[in-house]
Amino acid sequence: MSVLESNAVEVVSAQAMEREHQPEELVIRNVRGWIGIDWAEIFRFRELLLFLVWRDLKVRYKQTVLGVAWAVIQPLFNTLVFVMLDRMADISSEGYVRSLYIYAGVLPFTFFQTGVNLAGLSLVNQSHLLTKVYFPRLFVPTASVGATIVDMAISFCMFGVLMAGFRFIPNWQIVFLPLLLIPTIMATLGMAYLLSSLTVSYRDFRYVIPFMLQSWMFLSPVMYPVARVPLKYQWLFALNPMAGIIDGFRSCIFGKPWNFMMLGISTTVAVVMFLFGLFYFRRTERRFADIA
Amino acid sequence: MSKPAVKVHGLGKKYQIGQQGRVTKTFREAVVGAMASPWRRFKALSGDHSHDNIFWALKDVSFEVPAGDVVGIIGRNGAGKSTLLKVLSRIVEPTEGEVRIRGRVSSLLEVGTGFHPDLTGRENIYLNAAILGMKRAEIKRNFDAIVDFSEVAQFLDTPVKYYSSGMYVRLAFAVAAHLVPEVLIVDEVLAVGDAAFQKKCLGKMNDVAKQGRTVLFVSHNMGIIETLCTNAYWMEHGRLKKYGPTHSVVQQYLSETMKRASTSMDLAKIPRAGTWGSQLLITKIDWISGLPLRHGEPLRARIQFKTNGLVEDGSLGLGFSSLEGLRLLTFESDFGVERRRFSKEQTHEVELHIDNLPLPPGTYSFNLGARSGDVFSVDYIDDCGQIEVAPGPVTQAHHYVPGAGVRLPSQWSWGHGAKEMESPGVRCIVN
Repeated sequence: MSVLESNAVEVVSAQAMEREHQPEELVIRNVRGWIGIDWAEIFRFRELLLFLVWRDLKVRYKQTVLGVAWAVIQPLFNTLVFVMLDRMADISSEGYVRSLYIYAGVLPFTFFQTGVNLAGLSLVNQSHLLTKVYFPRLFVPTASVGATIVDMAISFCMFGVLMAGFRFIPNWQIVFLPLLLIPTIMATLGMAYLLSSLTVSYRDFRYVIPFMLQSWMFLSPVMYPVARVPLKYQWLFALNPMAGIIDGFRSCIFGKPWNFMMLGISTTVAVVMFLFGLFYFRRTERRFADIA
Repeated sequence: MSKPAVKVHGLGKKYQIGQQGRVTKTFREAVVGAMASPWRRFKALSGDHSHDNIFWALKDVSFEVPAGDVVGIIGRNGAGKSTLLKVLSRIVEPTEGEVRIRGRVSSLLEVGTGFHPDLTGRENIYLNAAILGMKRAEIKRNFDAIVDFSEVAQFLDTPVKYYSSGMYVRLAFAVAAHLVPEVLIVDEVLAVGDAAFQKKCLGKMNDVAKQGRTVLFVSHNMGIIETLCTNAYWMEHGRLKKYGPTHSVVQQYLSETMKRASTSMDLAKIPRAGTWGSQLLITKIDWISGLPLRHGEPLRARIQFKTNGLVEDGSLGLGFSSLEGLRLLTFESDFGVERRRFSKEQTHEVELHIDNLPLPPGTYSFNLGARSGDVFSVDYIDDCGQIEVAPGPVTQAHHYVPGAGVRLPSQWSWGHGAKEMESPGVRCIVN
């Protein structure tokens, strides 16, 4: 015990010295209107974000028989369904392998859907954290989306297996796929910030989100090609960021011609969505502890 | 030491209390109200509280805490202590005023914030410590010390949901105890765990205080405040009422609380379940013999009630329950005495007299009820509020034993083996 205590004192003094070099002053006062992002603070707390992602992943499959295997089983079943669709349904796939074509749309959309769904409820489900301790509130929905990124990575692996199964070699343009992930994640985060914040104030969104995401899927070219949409309305269609992104995914994988107009609009909307969500969240977060 | 560690200037926090219990009078009003209510609720949720009552949880609070000072914050429930700590911890934003804190701040408003029941003890140490603001390297360095302090080493890989509440609290506090901030903000968190562990925590808090860190500490336990703190702040109605050396502030606070304790309690507004209170409504109780109640002393109380209809075979009862809701003691007016008929639409009064109150010192909740006949309750208030039973002069003489519950005189007839002693030894328990 005494050894431990002397250790603790050493630690304390070491840190006291460390701190003496950087006397920081924290000012707490009422702030009105739109608030910028405190990047320094986010950097200081960065480890907590990783801990929260780690927790979300760890908790998800606790007390399940199959454990982490679920992370593979879910996309595997998805894949099986698409293989069956390929045999039975008559879905246009612009001449490419049908189940791969659909999977290429399902993959980014599932990420978007799961991320927004989990993150949307993340703040209300963890209101005990909001009322008892301070840390950057943005971390709560971000961690939910972060955990979903891990799911997406597993889905990509399954996609690879599926491509091997169909003896399909993707087009060289697949090297652009990581770039497409950027607007995908931005759109997801934007909606996650917006909806998680709205759900704190208006619990109606608890019921709105699943319904909204379902409709969103039909408005996204998951089960059909963008080519089905009349040309003159494609700009309108592309206001849904997932539309241009899914089309881009297919261009990457199949080498299908790029629809730059749609990709441009969708990417812009994704960026706007991200920024709006972010700042709306920042604007409302100071009320969270009062109403959560 | 030149600059204060915490500087609070003109701090205020406003809350709006939403309108409650709007009664609609007519069907038309009800329909219109239902149509308009989503809009009204939208406005209310959006922060438009122009029609609501405004409540200042904190108002004009200014103080400075020199670095290294340990400050105890005292005051009654609702005096604004917790709100102040929440503002200082950046959890809620102040409505006005400003706080400046120099140095790394940690706040401990609850033990085990962010503990996840499904994660193991080991995983929760990391998670909780990270949430409280520790870096990973710091957690690693302190891990063994935390485990050692918590005394739950053998259950480290068990999900905490299988922990006993004592183990849970020990683990949670162990994490918190290893925070090394310059400014520590602590809400009443020491009031948990068993006596031995509390002592250990107090020791740790004392160490923290001695290491020259600034501590702001809320507690209702004046004993703890007096041992730990150099200075005390007394808060009342969201304002800072007194500030000074701990002992004198605590003494003034205690004497004022005793004086202020109102012996009359209004019960008419406490909501009743079902039809209770419609025929007969208990409106008031007066503790004539004074508050706090005293163990082993006479108790006199006057109960007032209002009748709507005629109540036949009426009787009243007063009960005392533990704070967990377990009834410990009941007094009934029809215990071996005849019942009464309460005439309708009238205010009645009844006086209860108990020769000596057998409840041991402690905090209880009390319940009041009225019955018609054997089983039909016409009014019942499950929790009228908390009431304190203080030690009486008799407590010492009767060798009050903590934890023995209600002790009553009784007769015992011994067998032949138990002989009377020449000089009878009487049990004597001090403390």
